[in-house]
Amino acid sequence: MESVPHIAVIGGGSTGAGIARDLSMRGLDVTLLEQGNLTHGTTGRMHGLLHSGGRYAVSDQASATECIEENRVLRDIASHCVEMTGGLFVKRPEDSEEYFQEKLEGCEACGIPAEVVSASEARAMEPHLAKDIEKAISVPDGAVDPFRLVVANAASASEHGARIETHSTVEDLLVEDGEVVGVAVNHASGAGERVHGTEGGREEIRADYVVNATGAWAGRIGDMAGVDIEVRPSKGVMTIMNTRQVDTVINRCRPKGDADIVVPHETTCILGTTDEEVDDPEDYPEEQWEVDMMIDTLSELVPMLEEARTIRSFWGVRPLYEPPDVGSDDPTDITRDYFLLDHAERDDLGGMTSIVGGKFTTYRMMGEEISDHVCEQFGIDAECRTADVPLPGSEDFSVLRDYMDEFGLRSPIGRRSVERLGSRAEEVLQTDGPNPTVCGCEGVTRAEIKDAIGQSGSDLNAVRIRTRSSMGNCQGGFCCHRMANELHGEYDESTTRAAWDELLQERWKGQRHALWGEQLSQAMLNYALHATTQNRDHDPADGEPIDFTAFDDGRGSVGESPGGEVAADGGDRRGD
Amino acid sequence: MAIESDVLVVGGGLAGLTSAIAATRAGADTRLVSYKQSTLRNASGLVDVLGYTPDGDGPLTDPYEAIPSLPTDHPYRTVGVEGVREAMAFFDEVGPDYRGGHTDANALVPTHGGTIKPTARYPAGASAGLASDERDVLLVGFEAMVDFDAAHAAAHLEAAGVPFDVRGVTIRFPGELRSDAKVTRYAKLLDTDGEVAVRGRKRPIRAALAERVNTELEDEARVGFPAILGDGDAAGIRAELSDALGADVFEVPMGPPSLPGLRLEDALFDALDRAGGRFETGNPVVDSDGEGRIDQVYIEKNGAKIPNSADQYVLATGGLVGKGVESDREAVYEPIFGCHVPHADDRYEWFDIEAFGDHDFARFGVRTDEDLRPIGREGDIEFDNLRAAGSVLGGYDFAAEKSGSGVSIATGYAAGRAAAEAAR
Repeated sequence: MESVPHIAVIGGGSTGAGIARDLSMRGLDVTLLEQGNLTHGTTGRMHGLLHSGGRYAVSDQASATECIEENRVLRDIASHCVEMTGGLFVKRPEDSEEYFQEKLEGCEACGIPAEVVSASEARAMEPHLAKDIEKAISVPDGAVDPFRLVVANAASASEHGARIETHSTVEDLLVEDGEVVGVAVNHASGAGERVHGTEGGREEIRADYVVNATGAWAGRIGDMAGVDIEVRPSKGVMTIMNTRQVDTVINRCRPKGDADIVVPHETTCILGTTDEEVDDPEDYPEEQWEVDMMIDTLSELVPMLEEARTIRSFWGVRPLYEPPDVGSDDPTDITRDYFLLDHAERDDLGGMTSIVGGKFTTYRMMGEEISDHVCEQFGIDAECRTADVPLPGSEDFSVLRDYMDEFGLRSPIGRRSVERLGSRAEEVLQTDGPNPTVCGCEGVTRAEIKDAIGQSGSDLNAVRIRTRSSMGNCQGGFCCHRMANELHGEYDESTTRAAWDELLQERWKGQRHALWGEQLSQAMLNYALHATTQNRDHDPADGEPIDFTAFDDGRGSVGESPGGEVAADGGDRRGD
Repeated sequence: MAIESDVLVVGGGLAGLTSAIAATRAGADTRLVSYKQSTLRNASGLVDVLGYTPDGDGPLTDPYEAIPSLPTDHPYRTVGVEGVREAMAFFDEVGPDYRGGHTDANALVPTHGGTIKPTARYPAGASAGLASDERDVLLVGFEAMVDFDAAHAAAHLEAAGVPFDVRGVTIRFPGELRSDAKVTRYAKLLDTDGEVAVRGRKRPIRAALAERVNTELEDEARVGFPAILGDGDAAGIRAELSDALGADVFEVPMGPPSLPGLRLEDALFDALDRAGGRFETGNPVVDSDGEGRIDQVYIEKNGAKIPNSADQYVLATGGLVGKGVESDREAVYEPIFGCHVPHADDRYEWFDIEAFGDHDFARFGVRTDEDLRPIGREGDIEFDNLRAAGSVLGGYDFAAEKSGSGVSIATGYAAGRAAAEAAR
């Protein structure tokens, strides 16, 4: 062992990134390994709710208490990722009064600030709530950008010396004498930032300890060393609306149920969700009834959703875990709590701990607990500082500065850029050349795109999650080629073309679930722009060579003669 | 009392305009009503006929040759090869200064993404840019213009194997346009040859622009700019720049808002006006009366429903983009006359999982008899005096085939002529 232990953390979601940050801040040597982009798994497929704990205040008060604690921490250390919208638990006439009271008492018991508001007060806050609601409980729910938060955690880890590898799949655990001593990794495009077309390769990474933070994928990593980790992945649908029909998180105040939450998120609202166990976290049906249920059921709370435009739907899988002796049939009964599985104690396999279960809101707390556990293995006594030190982007950030004038940006683009970048605004937006808008829907400028390319290689989907470019109403119809143009400055044409096509395909994926009304019209427009004018569906650079001589070269046309000579077939020179 | 005419065309895009001009020139008293800006602002301004077969074969050298093998419900099969040829000749006669009519062969035109697009006709302003012309090219982009990156487009054209050398350079557009200036701002500045400050000196923009390009130009015989070179005086601007650069200047077609598309729309409205057709823009047709035959339609204007009646009607309201075809979670429909639009009951059958797969939705639209009259589920004619033209028609995927303009012109021409004939 070197003087500092080297820890391999598998999984670049919120938990893995949180662990990587925590351990590297405590001075350990960390390598974070993620098979896709950061947030590729469950983290990138959540509804963006920063829990107040209100949702668990009746069913799971331990989780509720953790949520409100971490809610306060994140507002502090991740202010540029969080929007404190507030939340309401809304009671309709058919919902139980008894449950309403239990919710209120539960919030009180867990230290969650909660207040009853009348129907008219609630509708004054949120005018699109149904006219017949009875009352509501207000709680400090919020919205959080999971991409920005995870990227900031990884950036912080990197600042503290961690190595971050994305598009690097762990293919095996290295086991020697009954102990995990490292991982075998396949890099899709070589080590470091992802670059399309770069030769990949296998690397054996020796580690003094391995943390398996792969959530719904934890069982796969366990299998590599012959240990059973019974994660029970449960899928949920989320449907994105074109605008913010509500500015407050709206929860239905009733015991567990599908389609009971609307979260305002950036320029959109996200409707959620369902809870259904699946066998494989990467392969499960995405079904129409789930989308229809979101719209139909949530219209009971917010009637205008019935006619509103949805821009896409996506599914995520919760990495639920319950100890083998519990045996719940219904995934909604499985606890949302998290578990540390030390495989030395549990399976007689040293050198590795898995962390399973848990929630996004408490990712930092989970990271702290497992980092304590890792440090304990090496007798290291180092204090956790992740609750006190702000993340990059949330440091000393004064919203009072007039960034718009400073960077020559117009409102609301300047305001939105600065909100996204937080304290990094100055570093990113200070550029020499002009800084035009690349994504009009989300107000993303060239400087932000260039900054994201600097962080993430040739991967335009990684640029997308960092900036929100192509994530607005047009779903990339007007900006995918612009993002490719920005990439071309840094990478060659064939690399750019591969990244561009990959982005177009990714943007199409979720829109498929929103194809009616306005969004079908938008999809047709996008298809027409990309296929007709840009000919992306028959790019000659991808296909067979063309015999250019068989096509019109302008000779013989009125007033045309290429080559500066009078064409033999009777054409003459340009008339003007 | 209703406003009356022989022929009433609903829709002001390429199909509606062609149809109205054709009906007017055939002697019918014709009115055209349109609601919103047409989708021509999204279009490249290239007039394609057929670039690829529905199976994806192409680029086709001769679009006409492929028409007889198209599926029977393709609109080109309805009007026939001769119908398409006649309509294109009509476009050449009444339309703006377009080229390509001297040959049946398609031209390959470089567009802003760096690919080339097969097309039957192209604006005069794009004619020096053809990919089959072997003279070397310099592409010029502007720092603040995110829709066109000259170096990227040049590298992409090279990857496509074009038979000439192509370089891309990015320069700063002279003067003080803001970073987010719209293409119409660039065009207007060039149209008026307004003065801009260059190193403290006032210079007319055209000369200032040519000067900057001249420092980059080596011995290329052609220079391509993004399609911003003026609106009213595009030909004059190109000529002046060509002279100053000693090279032929052309425009590379761009996405929305597309000046070549808007110029085409303006030119066709002028042609309709010159032919003596009437038109009214800005108000939607919301309803109609009549069973089996349309008696009148209602145009909503300042909240009132104004009846408009005609002997014959042409439906040219566009497809999904232009809102001539609409949908909800259950169904796809034609909103004004309620014409039948065939579609699968399950909306998850409307699309393919690949972004550029075989999408049903791209072929949504009304089906017609051989006289372009929309037909119902059972093949029955919906209205005796209603014909459909352009993207409101189904049965073809204009984006994959590169056939949108050609279908609009061919069916617009046929519908306009037939309506005028029937109104006699």
